[in-house]
Amino acid sequence: MTNSQSRAIATAQTSGFSLYDPRVRGLAYQVLVICLIVGGAWYLISNALANLARQSIATGFDFLSRAASFDIAQHLISYSSASSYLRAYEVGLLNTLLVAAVGIVLATVLGTAVGILRLSGNWLVSRLAAIYVEVTRNLPLLLQLFFWYDVITVTLPGPREALSPLPGVFLSNRGFMLPVPADGPALLAVAVAFLVAVALSVGVDIWARRRQYATGQQFPVAWAATVLIAGIPILAWLAIGAPTAMDMPSLVGFGFQGGITMSPEFVTILLGLVFYTAAFIAEVVRAGILAVSWGQSEAALALGLRRGQILRLIVVPQAFRVIVPQLTSEFLNLTKNSSLAVAVGYPDLVSIANTTINQTGQAIEGISIIMAVYLTISLLVSAFMNWFNKRVALKER
Amino acid sequence: MPSEFQAPANVTLRPPVASLGPLGWLRANLFNSWPNTILTLLAVWLIVRVVPPVFNWAILDAVTGQQSAAACRAPGAGACWSFLSEKWRFILFGLYPPDQHWRPALVVLLIVTMLIVSCDRRLWGWALAAIWLTGLAVVFLLMAGGIFGLPYVDDTRWGGLPLTLIISVVGMVLGFPIAVALALGRRSELPVVRALCIGFIELVRGVPLISVLFMASVMIPLFLPRDVTIDKLLRAEVGYALFFSAYLAEAIRGGLQAIPRGQYEAADSLGLTYWQKTSKIILPQALKLVIAPMVNNFIGQFKDTSLVIIIGIFDLMMTAKTALSDPAWLGFYKEAYLFIAVIYFGFCFFMSRYSLWLERHLHRGQRR
Amino acid sequence: MKTILTIAGTVIGMSLMASAAHAGPTLDTIKKNDYVRCGVNTGLGGFSIPNSGGQWVGLDVDMCRAFAAAALGDANKVKFVPLSSEQRFTALQSGEIDVLSRNTTWTITREGELGALFGPVTYYDGQGFMVNKKLGVKSAKELNGATICVQPGTTTELNLSDYFHGNNMQFTPVVIDSLAQVNAAFFSGRCDVYTDDASALTAVRAAAPNSADYEILPERISKEPLAPAVRQGDDEWFDIVRWSIFATLQAEEWGITSQNVDTFKDTKNPDIQRFLGVTAGIGKPLHLDDKWAVNIVKQVGNYSEIYERNLGAKTPLKLDRGLNALWNKGGLMYAPPAR
Repeated sequence: MTNSQSRAIATAQTSGFSLYDPRVRGLAYQVLVICLIVGGAWYLISNALANLARQSIATGFDFLSRAASFDIAQHLISYSSASSYLRAYEVGLLNTLLVAAVGIVLATVLGTAVGILRLSGNWLVSRLAAIYVEVTRNLPLLLQLFFWYDVITVTLPGPREALSPLPGVFLSNRGFMLPVPADGPALLAVAVAFLVAVALSVGVDIWARRRQYATGQQFPVAWAATVLIAGIPILAWLAIGAPTAMDMPSLVGFGFQGGITMSPEFVTILLGLVFYTAAFIAEVVRAGILAVSWGQSEAALALGLRRGQILRLIVVPQAFRVIVPQLTSEFLNLTKNSSLAVAVGYPDLVSIANTTINQTGQAIEGISIIMAVYLTISLLVSAFMNWFNKRVALKER
Repeated sequence: MPSEFQAPANVTLRPPVASLGPLGWLRANLFNSWPNTILTLLAVWLIVRVVPPVFNWAILDAVTGQQSAAACRAPGAGACWSFLSEKWRFILFGLYPPDQHWRPALVVLLIVTMLIVSCDRRLWGWALAAIWLTGLAVVFLLMAGGIFGLPYVDDTRWGGLPLTLIISVVGMVLGFPIAVALALGRRSELPVVRALCIGFIELVRGVPLISVLFMASVMIPLFLPRDVTIDKLLRAEVGYALFFSAYLAEAIRGGLQAIPRGQYEAADSLGLTYWQKTSKIILPQALKLVIAPMVNNFIGQFKDTSLVIIIGIFDLMMTAKTALSDPAWLGFYKEAYLFIAVIYFGFCFFMSRYSLWLERHLHRGQRR
Repeated sequence: MKTILTIAGTVIGMSLMASAAHAGPTLDTIKKNDYVRCGVNTGLGGFSIPNSGGQWVGLDVDMCRAFAAAALGDANKVKFVPLSSEQRFTALQSGEIDVLSRNTTWTITREGELGALFGPVTYYDGQGFMVNKKLGVKSAKELNGATICVQPGTTTELNLSDYFHGNNMQFTPVVIDSLAQVNAAFFSGRCDVYTDDASALTAVRAAAPNSADYEILPERISKEPLAPAVRQGDDEWFDIVRWSIFATLQAEEWGITSQNVDTFKDTKNPDIQRFLGVTAGIGKPLHLDDKWAVNIVKQVGNYSEIYERNLGAKTPLKLDRGLNALWNKGGLMYAPPAR
């Protein structure tokens, strides 16, 4: 420790208790800090309790079990206005998680693509990518959300004149409607088959790696995985009699029924978050690729590796080490930014909490719930990304 | 036979047309491979689809001058710049008394000047701190008035661009010392201090800004004793500064970690106290390392001032939205948002360019 | 260490005592500040919105001016505090504002659980529905399955839910926290129906690109008495708020306007003489001087003037008086005798 010598000297000079002993002083500082914090907290809380009691304002989380009596447009779990406030919060939380999860996947894909396009030799394309990155990074997200909401509600036609780029797919200012297979069990079977195929591919990859270490022989893992992932679900689908019935969205009364609907609000917050975050991710990816020195690629070329191999085996693994920690913070930013959903009417956690605060007047409880939930999400995402980072980090011996 | 071909001795052959000049450039940069050609064509298609309609809307079909909303609502009318002629002063300066608009205008000028002056590396140090503190004092005198014959203007009437700038730079000036303290505290040898700093930083970084702003605007009044109220703007400002201090602290910590151990040991061996060591040896080096990340931090912070609209403070975004709620002028949101987008973009773009430039120059200094 | 603890304890204790020492009625605070702190909407046409010159205008805003004219003799001594709907009751509870005049519906829970006390109604509203005529809908009962635009955090959301469930109908709410945004959503066709207080619907319709295409359905699904609110337990200030509003109504009833108020000085009517402070008596019950009612009428105007200026036929909103006419003209506005 850097202070250990000075400490030793100090203790030697003043044996016993002294204010000049760094240890004593350190202890005193810490006790002082604790006292200030505890005292301050006690003071504020006692104030709050006194204020609330004097004005007969309700406190506590009892309200969570009362009926919420407002409706929520998008609910992944069953919900009606007779459900409790707790249920409403759960609906909001799931909506937040949905938009964050989908947003993270899409933003990563788009961001990586744009990051690579910015490095493209194509003058026009790299300029367009640069313009996109500069414009989105330098405007407040809130403004961009308003813009996207406008694009979707004003530019797209009404439900009766909906655009239909593919049969069963409708784009209108009521949202994006997509058909889903009507046969529920079949869908489930195909999904399970897909998961099995992914698991098998991972197994093949591990086996091929071990074999290459042991014998030096290579195995075309990419081809095998493609065949598995495409083949097994199709086989499963054929095995259960190849049902083709689809639940098609169709115009009934005021709007569409059937299929699945992505509401304009969901699409707006998703587009806003994806385009905004992707610009940052593009910069991270670009910096990550540039951080791998050209000598690495030259050395790989000299060894006789092909272009694709160089990218896959040399550049990407090294770039990843630079990219992953920064990517983590971009993912966290996206999740936290999803709280702006309230501005475009997507019923996320904050929007539900807002309504609740308004109706019950219990601001302290509502805001505490928001903060606790986001904190938990952030800590979980950080923990996962740290684990992932450890896996890709440079293994030094 | 090819070998029999002889160029005329005194004629310099031009290179093939397709490898030089505009055509050559096109070939090398746009059509050098099939995928690139496809990308180029896609890009051209995109430009053709977007640019002409926007041009028509913004210029050819636009309604300009002091016209009424009815003229803008006529079929076929494009952008309604008349809306901005009517509302630009309100969007820029909010509720500030119109006859006093020169004061917020001067404030904007002053803050922009201070931002530009801060870019000069020769001033970095205490001189800059002095400039900012004096500058902000002048800003507050100008905005609030009450002396030198300036009429008093309450802060509930401040608004628009000056307020956005004030929230953002005051957040920086308040947040910076807190951030330094947090970063040092996070590396402190006192476990309680370290734990508190880590706890605070991680707590704040884990929650969205709007929840902090909500807390400042809705919760804090309930935690204060009766009849003690803190001004709404001040509460928001404090919440905002605390929020960004946590992010800034992490940037500064990066710099602290990059200082070689030898620097600490050398300072210790000279017998410097903790504060001498920190203020004279460690911080000056650490801060220099993280200036570019700090500028980036500031850009993010500047953009996020727009979130104060959620607690009803009349920043630039809020004045634009309020201008849009005027019953006589409902519906011209494109024009209003474009107007403030240009302003936000101007500030952020300038700062991000500066940060890039800085990164290159500081790197050059570090290279040996 | 012990010393440190003691010092910390003392500091905290002292700050506690210092804060407990001064707690007084709202009127004292107002007189000390020399202005009334009035919580208003951040932007709602006709009720409270800054105009292009940065001046607050609207019915709620003018009521604040009336309170200032009564309490301090000057209608300009108001500090407007713009509040979002989440903030409004906290601001009132914590003493950040003296009166909340922010198109707030008077309900039993707000008086019972939020510590608010509502004055007389300044505007009788009711929630309605607006639709595009193209839909061919003539009654709210035909709206089953509709997508409905609504602003959050108000009684509007609850009424909507109650009405649809009560009539066994389904709907999809689109809840957007900004007037400009929700308007844009409705006119672009994002929603089939726009629900809000009828006054707001009229205002929105008036500003539509093609207002003839839209129609407000006849049903009023709720009662929305909009009233200013003060903190409970301060009767003196509550009386001033209450009687300031009554004064604007009483002045209208007698035909006294800001223009002609001086001509009433020589009136023979003893009621009017007392109202205008020509003869003493009207100030004492409120602990104000006898000129408070004159100040309101002269500086702000009577209810009719306030209404016409902000909501009436000459404004883009063009709202009929309807329920807000005086009691002797078929409305609900009624002032108790000022004697």
